[in-house]
Amino acid sequence: MSIFVDQNTRVVVQGITGREGQFHTRQCLAYGTRIVAGVTPGKGGQKMDDVPVFNTVGAAVAETGANCSLIFVPPPFAADAIMEAADAGIAVVVTITEGIPVLDMMKVMNYLQGKFLRLIGPNCPGIITPGEAKIGIMPGPIHLPGGPVGVVSRSGTLTYEVVHQLTQRGIGQSTCLGIGGDPIIGTSFIDCLEAFEKDPATRGVVMVGEIGGSAEEEAAEFVASQMSIPVVGFISGLTAPPGRRMGHAGAIISGGSGTAGAKIEAMKAAGIHVCENLGSLGELCAEVFK
Amino acid sequence: MKIHEYQAKELFQKYDVPIPRGRVAFSPEEALSRAQELGSFPVVIKAQIHAGGRGKGGGVKLARSAQEVRELAEQIIGMNLVTHQTGPAGRIVKKVLVEQGLEIEKELYLSLVADRATAKIVVMASQAGGMDIEEVAASSPEKIIKVFINPLQGIQAYHCRQAAYGLALSPALIKPFTAMLKSLYRLFVDYDCSLVEINPLVLTADQAVIALDAKINFDDNALFRHSDVVAYRDLDEEDPLEIEASKYNLNYINLDGNVGNMVNGAGLAMATMDLIKLAGAEPANFLDVGGGASAEMVENGFRIILSDPNVKGILINIFGGILRCDVLAEGVVQAARKTGINVPVVVRMEGTNIDEGRRILAESGLDLITAVDLKDAAQKVAQIVGA
Repeated sequence: MSIFVDQNTRVVVQGITGREGQFHTRQCLAYGTRIVAGVTPGKGGQKMDDVPVFNTVGAAVAETGANCSLIFVPPPFAADAIMEAADAGIAVVVTITEGIPVLDMMKVMNYLQGKFLRLIGPNCPGIITPGEAKIGIMPGPIHLPGGPVGVVSRSGTLTYEVVHQLTQRGIGQSTCLGIGGDPIIGTSFIDCLEAFEKDPATRGVVMVGEIGGSAEEEAAEFVASQMSIPVVGFISGLTAPPGRRMGHAGAIISGGSGTAGAKIEAMKAAGIHVCENLGSLGELCAEVFK
Repeated sequence: MKIHEYQAKELFQKYDVPIPRGRVAFSPEEALSRAQELGSFPVVIKAQIHAGGRGKGGGVKLARSAQEVRELAEQIIGMNLVTHQTGPAGRIVKKVLVEQGLEIEKELYLSLVADRATAKIVVMASQAGGMDIEEVAASSPEKIIKVFINPLQGIQAYHCRQAAYGLALSPALIKPFTAMLKSLYRLFVDYDCSLVEINPLVLTADQAVIALDAKINFDDNALFRHSDVVAYRDLDEEDPLEIEASKYNLNYINLDGNVGNMVNGAGLAMATMDLIKLAGAEPANFLDVGGGASAEMVENGFRIILSDPNVKGILINIFGGILRCDVLAEGVVQAARKTGINVPVVVRMEGTNIDEGRRILAESGLDLITAVDLKDAAQKVAQIVGA
């Protein structure tokens, strides 16, 4: 079992003929992901390796039964791509694109209100259910299939670091996903924690947060009131200066809120096992999830 | 991206948002002629830097005569202005805004912000104007009115009424306030702002609503569609190393410590800075070379770290995903050959093409210190700088 995606997920890649789209489509196919279609307007009828390319997401869905979309479309056109996927009836939209204007994402989020669609990202590494489907840009081999731990994170490479430490200690993963480093994202920590709690294959969660916003504090409240499985937490950005954007558009301490210290306090108060030193995360997980 | 008050007021003027008459000046002589253009005293002389708290720091003064204008402008232009937002180093003032003095009856607060939690544009208004709004929010949040606007719907008259009645404006002021708020909303959306803030918004003795101050921040992600905003960029307000890094699309922030570090990915970069601190040392920078960095980007990043004279040791932490370890190693070797490494470098690599990366470093003949894992890496670099 897993959350959001599995071996039956049928993926259409939006922006499949671009440099990143091509590279990662091949990586996902090599991992065993069922990529059934690609979309690049103007290139309908062509093929990217063996994957048929369509002009519109609607046509791709009608022909191939795709139910998940992986988006590599450049920032100026990404909001349009997400809404096109939504209108074509796609159930899970994974948006890798970094640098989408905030106002565009605000419009997308309000447009998606009331629709049955899960948007993951943007500005995220994607989602992987190890051994079943890799829908994103993470390196596949670092993962260990079979669970029992779910990983959810606002970051990319930091997630790989966490997964690597788990795998090295023989702790497998059910599903790992990055929810994105932008201020406005489709799937929250709480959405993932709720799904992990319900997933029989997941018996613990590692949650990786960072400075900026209040998503970690809200997640901590959810953990305290709604979760029975153990959660290990880590927050990056203790040394980040206020008012500066630390790479991720969402990673900024403003007006004294969004600090790592406040997030760590909230997580501790919620009974989350907080890892203070990233170098010891594997050790802590081995202890908590044994 | 931030701009100056005088630039924000140019945009206000374009959108018919009432502002005091005034113009920017780069020298005391220019300040004097600006004051004379205004035709009457008093005038206000305001230091133009990208930081708040200018008044408390002595960067905003009232001049009652031509003589005072010259004296105060001489004092302010060239001064090192220290405010709670500049940090102890302060900022050199290079220009001032010279504005007409107003007869102020009441000071209010008004801002528009992109709210990340609700994905709405929120109008924040308060009768506690002129004060630090973060302090008001902390001590008496009930004094702040919030009106949430769905960007698909846009601003409506009732949104403006909610704010106006919340501010207890007199009936005569509701119409001009509504017009102003609608203009500010248009400006916010047209220019992809992340913040438009007026503190204080003043009611004058002759019953006008005027933006006495103006602050606008823009969404960096949207600058590609606003070349006129990019033209407002003031390199005097930025760190020279950060300007250099931005030429190569590197995410670099200069900090006060002495351990340089280069990492791929923003989250891992922040976590690496934290590890350096936990090991007892201080990071000299934040540098995210990005997921898809080339050998050239790595080389440029390395060169920028090395040009910071405070750096006494460097930690490279790469988790190879898209950025493969061999590409990173290639970049480090190139940088070392071109610029020469004058401080010890600890390298921790993991992930894609790790063996190839290790081989390139080993065969380069460079004197690099390898670390087995994160903890080891942080401890080694902390030892080097004597922490």
